[in-house]
Amino acid sequence: MSEPIVKARGLVKRFGSVTALNGADFDLFKGEVLAVIGDNGAGKSSLIKVFAGAHTPDEGQMWVNGEEVSFGSTQEARAHGIETVFQTLAVAPALDIASNLFLGREVRKKGFMGTVFRQLDKKGMRRQAAEFLESLGISTLQDITQAVETLSGGQRQAVSVARAAAFGSQVIILDEPTAALGVRESAKVLDLIKDLKARGLTVVLISHNMPQVYEVADRIHVQRLGKRAAVVTPKSASMNDSVGIMTGAIDIPDTDQQLSPL
Amino acid sequence: MSNQSSSNDAVGTEFQLERTPLRRIQMTLHRYPWLSSLVVLLAVVIFFGAINERFLLPATISLMVQQTVIVGSLAIAQALIILTAGIDLSIGSIMIFGQMLMANLAVYVVASNVLPIAGQNPYIAMFLGVIAAGLAGAINGFLIVRFGLPPFIVTLGTWSVFMGLTLIFFRARTIQGPEMPEEMLFLGEGFAVGPFFVTYGLLLMFAMYFAVAWALRNTAWGKHVYAVGDDPLAAQLSGINANRVLFSVYLVAGLIMGITAIITIGRVGSASPNVDPMLNLQSITAVVIGGISLFGGRGAVVGALIGALIVVAVEMGLSLAGVDQAYRTASIGILVIVAVGVDQWIRKVKA
Repeated sequence: MSEPIVKARGLVKRFGSVTALNGADFDLFKGEVLAVIGDNGAGKSSLIKVFAGAHTPDEGQMWVNGEEVSFGSTQEARAHGIETVFQTLAVAPALDIASNLFLGREVRKKGFMGTVFRQLDKKGMRRQAAEFLESLGISTLQDITQAVETLSGGQRQAVSVARAAAFGSQVIILDEPTAALGVRESAKVLDLIKDLKARGLTVVLISHNMPQVYEVADRIHVQRLGKRAAVVTPKSASMNDSVGIMTGAIDIPDTDQQLSPL
Repeated sequence: MSNQSSSNDAVGTEFQLERTPLRRIQMTLHRYPWLSSLVVLLAVVIFFGAINERFLLPATISLMVQQTVIVGSLAIAQALIILTAGIDLSIGSIMIFGQMLMANLAVYVVASNVLPIAGQNPYIAMFLGVIAAGLAGAINGFLIVRFGLPPFIVTLGTWSVFMGLTLIFFRARTIQGPEMPEEMLFLGEGFAVGPFFVTYGLLLMFAMYFAVAWALRNTAWGKHVYAVGDDPLAAQLSGINANRVLFSVYLVAGLIMGITAIITIGRVGSASPNVDPMLNLQSITAVVIGGISLFGGRGAVVGALIGALIVVAVEMGLSLAGVDQAYRTASIGILVIVAVGVDQWIRKVKA
């Protein structure tokens, strides 16, 4: 069994009297698409927010590439190659596409204007942004200086995913990327996920939509009551089985879980 | 892959179809929110110019522009804060505090033997006044960032606090121009450009507009100000330290109020604790009429200048037309409400 790219054991996260994570484990292997499913309140969002650096767990350990880590901010997670596309997309709607792609890691001009006046290299950032969107096959966004709030839901999602994929990340976490989208735009986002995988990136997909999960996932992490209830694959378990595990109708013993990469 | 690109095209065309003429205007205004205020300013000038020829006399124009200097400068600070979805009610009171501090330092401190050097050197007095205003802004920022208090309440409080401190430290005594070292009145002086009169204070105001507008457009800090004003949580998740950005905005705003204090001494020709109690509200009016959204994250700082000019032009035009002061005041109010209505419409551009 190869070492997971992201591994966690016994994560606990409490919010006052509510325990969102109650000893959750997690394993993610390089190059796979891992879906995380679970009922509302099962701790899916809390779990990925720990890896994203948005939550610090109260207990438990986690490792990235075998190195034990703990993230105090989204930047620390990014520094370890983990990028997250939050459900809210975390974009600045009034800023243009290029500014959003580089938000929080803007590139300054070289030389005097950059170092003394801290002037940004807007041209360079726009060019890179255009090239990158093109390479991801989302070049419909003809005008890179267009404000993000003038884009459709799917286009905004594409901008967020592009931002996550743009900076040499290894792992991309997508939180309910299709929840607010129509059928056609959802299909495009799923294509984008397959694209990311083809590029050698590792993807974590949080979703409620079972057909979509079964379409793109290599393995499925089922979260229940703040813990990992099981890990299945689209081949090893039917959608009904997965839903059964999710709701507690089916109980999977720890020894019977498929943790290894395929 | 070809399948994917064809669906891309479909999305693209769908997007094109929505561009009716009205929508195109909305989109353009969305991109350049100060454009509508510029159109309003031109309309106001043409209208009043047509009904009264005195309105367009160089002397009238010079006067109007000079009347804009104080509110126009404060509006830079207000615009920065409103871009972060905040508001600053303490703006006039901090400016007056800074102004009274620098005037008192320059005039009285020699006698009291505290900081004797400030009395001998008006530049040090002015510098200390600007720093004090910057600190006052930083106090606003600290309370807002550290304790998460709403800017409206914090600045409502500090508005009274600095008004009170001004009266406690400097009493209600106006320091007249002739008492002050003449360096302090320098910004009220100026030179003629053709038939127009330009003060150094006006030039300083323009310089501040240029510097702030440049920083907002060309630095990461500027982008972060917009991002934080738009959605602080999203900015935070994008890796921006939202609190630091907010604090820096209040600090910079305080420094701008301090610089405005020098401009005000030059413009008014004295340092008085009762310059104008409405300065805070006037600066908000200028910002809102200038197309900067009260909900944060939208607008350009130059809009605040245009807004300030619109207010002065309407006041002057109505006054030349013999309209009573009460009606003038009411008309500015209507202008504010219309401006906010237009802002709401522009923000609905979201697809």
